[in-house]
Amino acid sequence: MINLALKDVVKRFGAIEVINGVNLEINKGEFVVFVGPSGCGKSTLLRMIAGLEPISGGELVIDDAVVNNVPPSERGIAMVFQSYALYPHMSVYKNMAFGLETAGLPRKDIKVRVEKAADILQIGHLLDRKPKALSGGQRQRVAIGRAIVREPNIFLFDEPLSNLDAELRVQTRVEIAKLHKEIGATMIYVTHDQVEAMTLADRIVVLRSGNIEQCGRPLDLYNKPANRFIAGFIGSPKMNFLDVTFSERRPQGSAFALAAAEIVLKTSEDIRSGTKAVLGVRPEHITTGREADVKLGTLTVSHVEQLGGQTLAYGRLGDDQNLTIVLEGQRAIAANDTLDVGIAHEHCHLFGEDGNRLND
Amino acid sequence: MMGRGLAGSGFRRQVASYSFLIPWLIGFFALTVGPIATSIYLSFTDYGLMAPPQWIGMENYIRIASDDPRFWTAMNVTFTFVLLSVPLKLAFALAVAVALNKGLRGLAVFRAIFYLPSLLGGTVAIAFMWRQIFSRDGLLNRGLEYLFGYDGPGWVSSPSTALYTLVLLAIWQFGSSMIIFLAGLRQIPQDMYEAASIDGASRARQFFKITLPLLTPVIFFNAVIQTIDAFKAFTSAFVISGGDGGPIDSTLFYTLYLFQEAFVNLHIGYASALAWILVIIIAFFTALSFLSARYWVHYDD
Repeated sequence: MINLALKDVVKRFGAIEVINGVNLEINKGEFVVFVGPSGCGKSTLLRMIAGLEPISGGELVIDDAVVNNVPPSERGIAMVFQSYALYPHMSVYKNMAFGLETAGLPRKDIKVRVEKAADILQIGHLLDRKPKALSGGQRQRVAIGRAIVREPNIFLFDEPLSNLDAELRVQTRVEIAKLHKEIGATMIYVTHDQVEAMTLADRIVVLRSGNIEQCGRPLDLYNKPANRFIAGFIGSPKMNFLDVTFSERRPQGSAFALAAAEIVLKTSEDIRSGTKAVLGVRPEHITTGREADVKLGTLTVSHVEQLGGQTLAYGRLGDDQNLTIVLEGQRAIAANDTLDVGIAHEHCHLFGEDGNRLND
Repeated sequence: MMGRGLAGSGFRRQVASYSFLIPWLIGFFALTVGPIATSIYLSFTDYGLMAPPQWIGMENYIRIASDDPRFWTAMNVTFTFVLLSVPLKLAFALAVAVALNKGLRGLAVFRAIFYLPSLLGGTVAIAFMWRQIFSRDGLLNRGLEYLFGYDGPGWVSSPSTALYTLVLLAIWQFGSSMIIFLAGLRQIPQDMYEAASIDGASRARQFFKITLPLLTPVIFFNAVIQTIDAFKAFTSAFVISGGDGGPIDSTLFYTLYLFQEAFVNLHIGYASALAWILVIIIAFFTALSFLSARYWVHYDD
């Protein structure tokens, strides 16, 4: 069941169009993450859904009603701000109760709702404190609590973890995922962090310059990025991009030249001879030794990072193209070592000069 | 040797720094500490400039408290002025600041225009102008007659209205409070209002539940400064009343009464006692403000 739909939604600031006709449908109970580099319009889109930013064109539909001109409080949404935006002069209880008091709910009901939310978030002991007496993580919980008490149809999160330290960020990420399972409401979450996107989302929407670049399940985006931008954005360390040139058509597929090596891949379109393309290979998919499907050549290692569980090696191929590889476990590799590197067919991503994916 | 050398150079450095401070020290002792100490002493004497001061103990203070109807008139006038002008001025300054904070085009120009009266307002020239505007055949009455055919009284010459023209003059000098309010309003994060609008709070509710509480430190600061200023008000009353606090003592500000006692009636000792009473009154109200602050002023840190 569709909970929220964006139909050709446009946002203009003066003459500048920052959201260029976005179309998206979000189902009830879905966890959707908007992700993209800064300035891609993800926060603007979220604020338009919240009603904090007027919509310049198109329609925003929530539960079958166009809500373009409906005030934020009547859209059935709640929002968690990046800065938390807690009211500094009110206690935690008052912060959470403010919206309900505004709506004129009876005191008794407010108390029940606030205490229930405080229970879920384990902040019952903080209700009398002012925000300034809370740690960053506790403030974050109160901000989420303020959203929960509204019992919204849709939760909106605007980079809620970016002010937390690394450890707390991981912990809160897990808690948000649990919270979603527990209350089952639709959640729309904005982040620039692809790990948050991968771990939280039912569906990721990747935005760039006000356009949706790709929209799909996290692993689909990882396994089949639609273009070079997505390929580079999803995954850490970043995917390697190697320049290759089409040489000839073979029965098994198209052959591409890479330094001394040759790569044969099935492509979706006919390619003219001499066409330049980009081969994308994820560092974690690269293997060492001579048995790989696709031989990438010899890597001269320039720098090694030992993470304990993994070994990262940075180096150059025969034609001086940079390549990063991630090997499981602790490997005895040092700078200036040479390694034969290769990759399985199914882990090759081929992108044309326009950046779009060429292989299936 | 070493130690003495260091001590010597330390002493020389102190002499050097104090010698640079001498002009200020002279000013501080001759113009501030000296007169303060003298006035304390004089307040316990009978002194009329012609003869040397005569020590009379608490007599001046006793007379102020028990046998001086003009003191009570001055208190009455001054408190009326403070209680009317301070809240009205602050409310007006806040209202203008809120209006200007709406992201008006040409904000800098309006800000300058509204601030201008604060620069000019305290001067003798403006007080003269005010006297002209509110006189029997002044600008206000001409306007009233032209517009409504109403023949107004002499606002500054009538005992029932004279004080209120001074209150109006004080409110007109709302500029500096407004500038401070404006800066305070700018400090309130925008996302506070966004959160409140998601919580469904109307403009009015946002103002009373978000803006006002978050502005309390600024309101407090302005209130204290303006209250002290209002107790000390002198120039406008002096000029508009022609120096005697008239008509029939209706504009006899405390400072004006003090001035008359000291420099017209030459009761310097008595006037010194009056001055110290004013100091105590101002100190009392300032202390009261600070004590009350913990119950209504919200500090973020």
